[in-house]
Amino acid sequence: MTQAIRVEGVEKRYGALHALKGVSFGIEQGEYFGLLGPNGAGKSTLINITAGLVRASGGHVSVMGHDVVGAFRPARQSLGVVPQEIVYDPFFSVRDILRIQAGYFGCGREAWPWIEELLERLDLTDKCEASIRQLSGGMKRRVLIAQALVHRPPVVILDEPTAGVDVELRRTLWEFTRELHAAGHTIVLTTHYLEEAEALCERIAIMDHGELKALEKTGDFLARHPFRFLRLSIDGPGTVPPAIERLVCARDNDELELRLTRGQDSVADVLDGLRDAGFRVTDVHTREPSLEDIFVELTGDSDE
Amino acid sequence: MNSPVDQAALARRFNPRGTWTLFQKEVRRFLSVIGQTVLAPVITAVLYLLVFQHVLEDRVNVYPGVGYTAFLIPGLVMMSIIQNAFANTSSSLTQSKIMGNLVFLLFAPLSAAEIFVAFVAAAIVRATCVAAALYAVGWLFIPLPLQAPLAAIAMLILSAACLAVLGLIAGILAQKFDHLAAFQNFFIMPFSFLSGVFYSIHSLPEFWEHASRFNPFFYMIDGFRYGFFGVADAPISHSVGVVILFFVLLSGVALQMLRTGYKIRS
Ligand SMILES: Nc1ncnc2c1ncn2[C@@H]1O[C@H](COP(=O)(O)OP(=O)(O)O)[C@@H](O)[C@H]1O
Ligand SMILES: [Mg+2]
Repeated sequence: MTQAIRVEGVEKRYGALHALKGVSFGIEQGEYFGLLGPNGAGKSTLINITAGLVRASGGHVSVMGHDVVGAFRPARQSLGVVPQEIVYDPFFSVRDILRIQAGYFGCGREAWPWIEELLERLDLTDKCEASIRQLSGGMKRRVLIAQALVHRPPVVILDEPTAGVDVELRRTLWEFTRELHAAGHTIVLTTHYLEEAEALCERIAIMDHGELKALEKTGDFLARHPFRFLRLSIDGPGTVPPAIERLVCARDNDELELRLTRGQDSVADVLDGLRDAGFRVTDVHTREPSLEDIFVELTGDSDE
Repeated sequence: MNSPVDQAALARRFNPRGTWTLFQKEVRRFLSVIGQTVLAPVITAVLYLLVFQHVLEDRVNVYPGVGYTAFLIPGLVMMSIIQNAFANTSSSLTQSKIMGNLVFLLFAPLSAAEIFVAFVAAAIVRATCVAAALYAVGWLFIPLPLQAPLAAIAMLILSAACLAVLGLIAGILAQKFDHLAAFQNFFIMPFSFLSGVFYSIHSLPEFWEHASRFNPFFYMIDGFRYGFFGVADAPISHSVGVVILFFVLLSGVALQMLRTGYKIRS
């Protein structure tokens, strides 16, 4: 089956800055795909190349088998993009904005019932006559989502749709993208919230400094990184022995967090070692790695 | 909420409805601020008319049988056409670039030529609204029946199209409104003022009369004036030819910019 999105050797240079250094991967139809990475990794650049907003310096991108440059009409017809920035045309009401956007894609009155449905689903019906200028940030974000869907694209990309959005709206948006996915749309989500990707995405790509660092099923990701965390509350006068000290990844007064590799470091050894060094362990807590931990490991740094 | 992919839409080679939508949107944009986009230019032109008619009516007689006020009206109408056609495309494009909402147009399956046609056509509509309103107001000063209406209409459309395209180019190049204002103040204004709005170039010193013949705006005003009086400084065929040539050259530049995404698709 044709891939929903195919990225082949895509490069982008902004002057001296090498924003994308030859990225290749494919997203299958019907997938819920996560594109993760720290700020400046090149996620938006890749999305904008896919949408036709930015020209690649090398390589190719296709949407549903249509090259985004050579066959821009079917490629764009197949794609809906929710941009990262909140942008809008201040001259028009919400409903007019959606009708105009549908018109750009060649949809006329026959699309109006669908637009009303989108307004309803995104809880914008009350505001549909209002000028978009008067809407709150969260509502403007929902208008952006509706705008991306007016032409019923099979592939939908959301570029950090939940950045700066309150918890309740985040939840609503998750639910909405899940429904789109259930209805057969391919969804690509970029986000900073790893728990979001963990909860929603079937596969995840991690980018950093313009390169693809990892691409796996979300579950495999978590399984393939064979470490877990041990959090201990200790008291006592001793010094932590070097063999244990090297496992410590965070420390806060009497609390230690250790990163244990499965089959190599055992909880029992750690507890014995600490007791021998004169500590009393007052509390023990273990935690499986989250995407965030893997992310930090892969990109070598936390997201600033 | 999904639906089968619209195969007809995927196979489409043109997007007439998208083009029409963009055209309509551009027209609605200027109509929604009609006070600034139509009324204000008419008032400005009427002020010029009042002042110059008062000062100069008795002193200048440009063509036999044509008083100065009559002479002035077509020039002022064309100057308004020039300025408003330019303003419509350039301000719309620059504003949507600055506001960021240009992306919604760039996401759409519209070709460079389709975007071009929609923007230019909307600017011609605005220029026509201003011209018609000004012509009607001018009628209160002096009734001016058109001696060669086809020439007048052709010059209106061609000149508005030229300036609309120039506005597209300026809108693509401008990074902020200051740049547009500079383009307007240092290029559009002087060239339209120096093109014979207020005088016949025959009344100029020889050097300036020759220099004027290299100013495309001169032909717009002169050809338009021919439509009113059936006489002008240059033959009407020259005026039409020069303006068409100017349009073709500018369109080539603008289309190339849109096609390559110059300063728009980074
Ligand atoms: N128009 C541009 N001009 C110059 N540099 C840019 C431009 N857009 C993005 N960049 C740079 O490219 C890199 C990738 O940016 P971006 O794709 O926005 O990253 P992300 O979305 O992953 O945060 C960054 O270093 C950014 O500064
Ligand atoms: Mg980004």
